[in-house]
Amino acid sequence: MTNHWIDLRNSDCILIMGSNAAENHPISFKWITDAMKRGAKVISVDPRFTRTSSKADFYAALRSGTDIAFLGGMIKYIIENEKFFKDYLVDYTDASFLVSEGFECKDGLFSGYDKESKKYNKATWAFVKDEKGNPKKDPTLQDPRCVFQLLKTHYSRYNLDTVSATTGTPKEDLLKVYEMYSATGEKGKAGTIMYAMGWTQHTVGVQNIRAMSIIQLLLGNMGVAGGGVNALRGESNVQGSTDQGILFHILPGYLSTPSPAWPTLADYLKRRPKSADPLSANWWQNEPKYMVSLLKSFFGDAATPENSFGYDWLPKVDTGKPYTWLDIFDEMHKGNFTGFISWGQNPAASGANSKKTRAALAKLDWLVNVNIFHGETSSFWKGPDVDPGKVKTEVFFLPCAVSVEKEGSITNSGRWMQWRYKAVEPRGEAWPDGEIIVELMNRLKELYKQDKKAIFPEPILNVKWDYATEGKFDAHKLAKEINGYFLKDVTIQDKTYKKGELVPGFALLQADGSTSSGNWLYCNSYTDKGNMAARRTREKEGIGLHPQWAWCWPVNRRIIYNRASVDKFGNPWNKERAVIRWDAAAGEGKGAWVGDVPDGPWPPMLKADGAPNPATKYPFIMKPEGFASMFGGGLADGPFPEHYEPIECPVEKNLFSAQLTNPTAPTYATSDDIYKSCDPRYPFVGTTYRVCEHWQTGLMTRWQPWLLEAQPQLFVEMSHELAKLRGINNGDRVLVESARGKLEAVAIVTIRFRPFTVQGSVIHEVGIPWHYGWVYPKDGGDSANLLTPSTGDPNTRIPESKAFMVNVKKI
Amino acid sequence: MSGKAFFIDTTLCTACRGCQIACKQWNQLPATKTTNKGSHQNPMDLSFNTYKVVRFQEHMGPDNKPVWYFFPDQCRHCVEPPCKEASEDDAPDGIYLDSSTGAVIYTDKLRKADTKKIIESCPFNIPRADEKSGRLSKCTMCVERVHNGLLPACVKTCPTGAMQFGDRDKMVTAANARLAQVKTRYPRAQVTGIDDLRVFYLLADEPKNYHLYASVDVAPARMDRKMAMKRIARSLGDLSREWNIIHKLAG
Repeated sequence: MTNHWIDLRNSDCILIMGSNAAENHPISFKWITDAMKRGAKVISVDPRFTRTSSKADFYAALRSGTDIAFLGGMIKYIIENEKFFKDYLVDYTDASFLVSEGFECKDGLFSGYDKESKKYNKATWAFVKDEKGNPKKDPTLQDPRCVFQLLKTHYSRYNLDTVSATTGTPKEDLLKVYEMYSATGEKGKAGTIMYAMGWTQHTVGVQNIRAMSIIQLLLGNMGVAGGGVNALRGESNVQGSTDQGILFHILPGYLSTPSPAWPTLADYLKRRPKSADPLSANWWQNEPKYMVSLLKSFFGDAATPENSFGYDWLPKVDTGKPYTWLDIFDEMHKGNFTGFISWGQNPAASGANSKKTRAALAKLDWLVNVNIFHGETSSFWKGPDVDPGKVKTEVFFLPCAVSVEKEGSITNSGRWMQWRYKAVEPRGEAWPDGEIIVELMNRLKELYKQDKKAIFPEPILNVKWDYATEGKFDAHKLAKEINGYFLKDVTIQDKTYKKGELVPGFALLQADGSTSSGNWLYCNSYTDKGNMAARRTREKEGIGLHPQWAWCWPVNRRIIYNRASVDKFGNPWNKERAVIRWDAAAGEGKGAWVGDVPDGPWPPMLKADGAPNPATKYPFIMKPEGFASMFGGGLADGPFPEHYEPIECPVEKNLFSAQLTNPTAPTYATSDDIYKSCDPRYPFVGTTYRVCEHWQTGLMTRWQPWLLEAQPQLFVEMSHELAKLRGINNGDRVLVESARGKLEAVAIVTIRFRPFTVQGSVIHEVGIPWHYGWVYPKDGGDSANLLTPSTGDPNTRIPESKAFMVNVKKI
Repeated sequence: MSGKAFFIDTTLCTACRGCQIACKQWNQLPATKTTNKGSHQNPMDLSFNTYKVVRFQEHMGPDNKPVWYFFPDQCRHCVEPPCKEASEDDAPDGIYLDSSTGAVIYTDKLRKADTKKIIESCPFNIPRADEKSGRLSKCTMCVERVHNGLLPACVKTCPTGAMQFGDRDKMVTAANARLAQVKTRYPRAQVTGIDDLRVFYLLADEPKNYHLYASVDVAPARMDRKMAMKRIARSLGDLSREWNIIHKLAG
């Protein structure tokens, strides 16, 4: 989230699309309810009328996988009806930037596409630079090569007829949503988007979110209270796990994983783009301080300037090669792994194409599962249609403590790092995860030390590993390490920090090895003032920022990009819901920002007399130019979102171009990878979702009798029309089948699903929750992922589990 | 009228069922074995071990879009409870009104009573008997929590403010104020139970669209409350049978 949960109450219009907040983020409705009582409007856009839709002021249905068509129509509406916030657009976004002459989008393909590799050469996806190297601009937004005009041209095809014929949404419903939401383009109004896996789990997942980001920029909704682009995370700490670099492509703090593209530390530290504009903060130019401090945190005294602080000891990924979930299980299926540690997860039920995943696990020599209950993963060897005698995999199960049995922090969707204390001791042989990790590394170090023939032992032997107190994992030690220390006495701007002091904030981190930080973004979270995440002081008055409650990255900034919430004089667009404002009298008469922690201390862009202030910086400090990007030059599949059908789709034609599906989407080629579009055997669109009463694969909740009582069995929801077509009655047991697998489920026949009219034909859609598994309960059903395909977004490779093709029949 | 009351604003209820689970947790009631009957609602009805159930009802709305109503069903804690009257002959102390809250409390002495008579006396079809012991159960208003300054478990857990609890007069004020607020969006909105119950529901639509027994018109003209309740209780035997038939068909 760029904003945070409580801030939802500040919104004037809340679009809930690609998520079902009432069911899957129920507490969010506390704040949505507050906003509604204040007069805010709530819009629910979903293939199925959900518990969220039941509370919304307006509901519109769309066929799964057509969000870009829906949102593209909104972009066209905003531009053509001049609903955009022009000052914001010109001053804070790249709308005025001129784009390279070579860039074009022709019939669904952007310039630079290579059919062979299914990749783009992005050389033309760039801005025209002036003699100083800064982007050329046209503040009138009239130049046909400026981003605004290119955007206008790109979405001119997204008219109501074409959008409606693609999404299946009635035209009047499209128009109503566009009108309601674009009303937030007015100065002082705020609109927000709440999205989740309904947007990400598509072959156009990233572009779904980019389309909305463009809308938020057009309407001036970024940085303001009640605005932003808000990802509702699916787990309590998934934001924290991303921040700490759990994914293959990043180290903690969103620093890229090293690859042969940067063979040395010097290469790595030079890779960020430079800005020639003195008014651009270009914050990533500070990356060397963060990377060196991270290496000092990893390797301690062993990291020296002479050995590039141990850069060579970091694992390198092959340039451009993905190592995502889909790829791991593809390689495993091909027999390219011997062992696998599955920690706190249940891949046999959670990953797309469960049949493939389960077959892949049988190719392993050993599998370690760390979990609180046995599930479909640790028990895969005795699963349905599996002969245990033929499975070679040796399975080890390590029971771990549950959340209330251990101390530590979680970082919620709103980027709040919140400390949790331990309520009770772990039961039986269960250990906290931290203890298992500490002990695992201790043993590894010992083994490498003893083994005289060990290959490349340095990374393991040199890892600084002092997170235990009296032999037990100490969460406070680790939290302090993440914050970072001064490693020698350092004087910065007349102030001397002593060796061993915790670094007060990332602005003080150094690139010379004199500081450490396990994650620069979390520098300021645990300082000599104490554990900031454990703070529990509520705000007495204000807009709900609660700056003394827990801690928020970066540097306790509750709403990021907040310097775009004010005009060029530093006055808030909305005085009643000011995030920050420039107070000329503050700071001993020099002026200072008051309110939230601003995106940098620099003064506003204009002085009080209207003269440009040379001491200012542009608000979007993480971008090289300092301006928010509507033109996204860095993505795998194009600078502007374009509608493509899901890999499995019910239509033979894309009404927007000749390109049916995302030309850069990955597919796989094992015997368990089958994809079927427009196949009469699988005529219906299938989608997956969650219910309020279960969590993820249900591994934690299926054993909770009260939750199981409320949602006992796998179901499939369908319209009355489809049920009639297939002779299915409400409550019947039915078979749901895709090209990859099949499932038995109870039919819920409902008016909340309606057939779509798409390209003049009737298209039916059904939906299935994914929380069930064969292990328990025995009559609960199995994972909906038996149906989903191994394909996904070309940028993130999150699987496309929200739109695929199925058949349904009565058993 | 003193004592306490619930104000349940169904326009804010998202059917997360936190209340349903919290009730089971506080009262340590076992889960019943359920199967999916073609609905998100489960259990399908109240039982000896289920004092509170969120009922789901879907209808086609006036604009040809669905509406989905959620009704957290529980004992209404009548100010003059017909169940108490129905028990008085067989088990005079079987049911009492808690003096500070007005909660209707069933005691062990109710064993002596005719459970069928008590069940049929309830206009809202709430009490349920244990098949083995013949004992009756229902919502207790969490009196032991309330006496200790805590909110009932269901109210405490509600994330949206749909469940409120407090002094009865304050709840009356809150219900009326909220009704005035939602009238624009829901012209047919109404508050039920404000005259004679300790559970008020704010409904966006006709009560029958939420649940057969969501509300009962307990005070027809020219009849006092007691007489009215008795009349309803008498006709309820039929309703109850009718309900069972409907239930079987649905199941």
